[in-house]
Amino acid sequence: MIEAKRITKFVGTKAILKACSIKVKPGYFTAVVGANGAGKTTLLKSLSGEQTLTSGEIILNDTSIRQYKGIALSKVRAVLSQHTEVNFPFTVEQVIEIGRYPYKTHNTENEKIIQEVIRLTSLQDFIGRPYQTLSGGEKQRVQMARVMAQLYSKTEFPKYLLLDEPTSSLDLAQQHILLALAKNLCKQNIGILAILHDLNLAIQYADEILFLKKGVTVAYGSCQTTATRSIIEDTFSHPVRLLDDGTGRKIVVPRHFNEIHTQNLNPIEYERTN
Amino acid sequence: MQRAISVKNIGKHSFSLMLMLFLLFFLLIASLAIGAVPISPLEVLQVFSKEIGISTGINTNETQQIVLLNIRLPRLLFTIFIGAALGISGATLQGLFRNPLVEPGIIGVSSGAALGAIVVIVFIARITPISVELFKAWLLPMSAFLGAVTATFITLKIGKYEGKTKVTYVILAGVAVSALANAAIGLSIFYADDQQLRTFTFWTLGDLSVATWDKIYILFPLICSSIIGLIGLARPLNALALGEAEAFHSGVSVEKVKLVAVLLSALVVGTSVAFAGVIGFIGLVVPHIIRISLSPDHLLVLPASAIGGACLLLLADIIARTVVTPAELPIGVVTAMIGTPFFIYLLIRSKQKRLI
Repeated sequence: MIEAKRITKFVGTKAILKACSIKVKPGYFTAVVGANGAGKTTLLKSLSGEQTLTSGEIILNDTSIRQYKGIALSKVRAVLSQHTEVNFPFTVEQVIEIGRYPYKTHNTENEKIIQEVIRLTSLQDFIGRPYQTLSGGEKQRVQMARVMAQLYSKTEFPKYLLLDEPTSSLDLAQQHILLALAKNLCKQNIGILAILHDLNLAIQYADEILFLKKGVTVAYGSCQTTATRSIIEDTFSHPVRLLDDGTGRKIVVPRHFNEIHTQNLNPIEYERTN
Repeated sequence: MQRAISVKNIGKHSFSLMLMLFLLFFLLIASLAIGAVPISPLEVLQVFSKEIGISTGINTNETQQIVLLNIRLPRLLFTIFIGAALGISGATLQGLFRNPLVEPGIIGVSSGAALGAIVVIVFIARITPISVELFKAWLLPMSAFLGAVTATFITLKIGKYEGKTKVTYVILAGVAVSALANAAIGLSIFYADDQQLRTFTFWTLGDLSVATWDKIYILFPLICSSIIGLIGLARPLNALALGEAEAFHSGVSVEKVKLVAVLLSALVVGTSVAFAGVIGFIGLVVPHIIRISLSPDHLLVLPASAIGGACLLLLADIIARTVVTPAELPIGVVTAMIGTPFFIYLLIRSKQKRLI
């Protein structure tokens, strides 16, 4: 388990995170939602060991994260960013191979693992292609394959995967392919934490959910009970309707701006020159 | 341990590397054979065999032996070491800064060295009554090296932010330090007389004719150990291609890698520039040629850039000292003249493949 215990982070005099606590449990999918600037990325960077805290601590598998060396840490937790660019003409396999950096495994074994994660992410058609020539969704799938290669070992359990808005530049099908891959990793006892912008995606895939507003936890708990109308409205400062999709799962429908504001936005008068 | 694995994994590129070593060997023989005193490749072999006590039955004369052992061989080794140093440091810094347009000068090394050189040429030479020979052989390189290292340290110092070296700040700091050094160089030029100006201009174009065995003894351990150290950075540099955060997530000690890469690069470039003057182009273009024509994997790019840098400089040197005999063309001019057309060809080809 990765556990954040009342972590606080100041940048200058501004508090980005205030006494935030969260548990990323092996086999669970935890989603973090909140408006822009709520401190979601700061929370993820703290959990990944990338940045220091002002107060509080992060415990990873019963040890403080500060006591981990880079290599040891990278064997138990991987991070998938929003998008990753490469400035050199690396091929798809070469990018995936970077995931094997922490391990002293031999070429032939790495090769096998790379083939395996390529199969799992259905990237067979992209073997040998330069990464730079792929579309945004394809690139993200290659990065997913890379972090899967990084977490691919029979030892050092439990492991964790942290995703920072992994679906923000993907189309509908790609979003679900990526989150389904993450959900599959959960079944192998890997703990997942994902920052998600789309509330409906979060509700569909998450077991637990954390609502964050201006660095403060609004609510945290199981997705079924926590994602209520009042909590969502409070977190995003915008009214929503919760519908049922017929199978008992909630659908979040944000209200139209003009429905809730009596005075509409002033129409913009563009000057006409004839 | 990490390093041992890293070097072992070079194995998958062994064919490309063998090919390049073969090219280097060919140029090496050519470089020894070509020159004002004609020595055939077989005679070259005979002179070396005789040195280690084996006779091949081919006759060589005293002149050939002296030319080969005291002039061409030290110059050959000098050229190889400097070419290799420039090639690998260019590859390292491009990888570190994730920018294919970076050349070793970006961290202020070249400008710092040039400032060190001109200060000696213009000012120190006036006040110290030492012989011209001693001056050219040692005082100039030492001052240039000092300038190179100082400039790099200032660049790194300014580039530090909250205890971490930020790449953007380092590049900007390098630009600032270079600009300041260039201003000081301009000021020195203002005070220089015609002869000093000529000395400095030729120094900035590079000169390999200053090779002596004494210098080889200094270059050899310094550059060989640095090259081995830099090749050890191949896997971290591959991870850094994804970005600093991603490299950290993959387990790379990013700060340590940055420091080692910059210091070793500054060391080898500083030494090379100090001895041979500014030889541009190799550090910028050789890594590109390797990446586009072979593979961007640093396990290949780093050693291949060292070999490729040596090859290009060797070829340029053969041309520089033969086309206008008994005079010599400045080496920097030749490297640019033979390297640029090839580079442009590669650019056009890779543009068609959408690789850049």
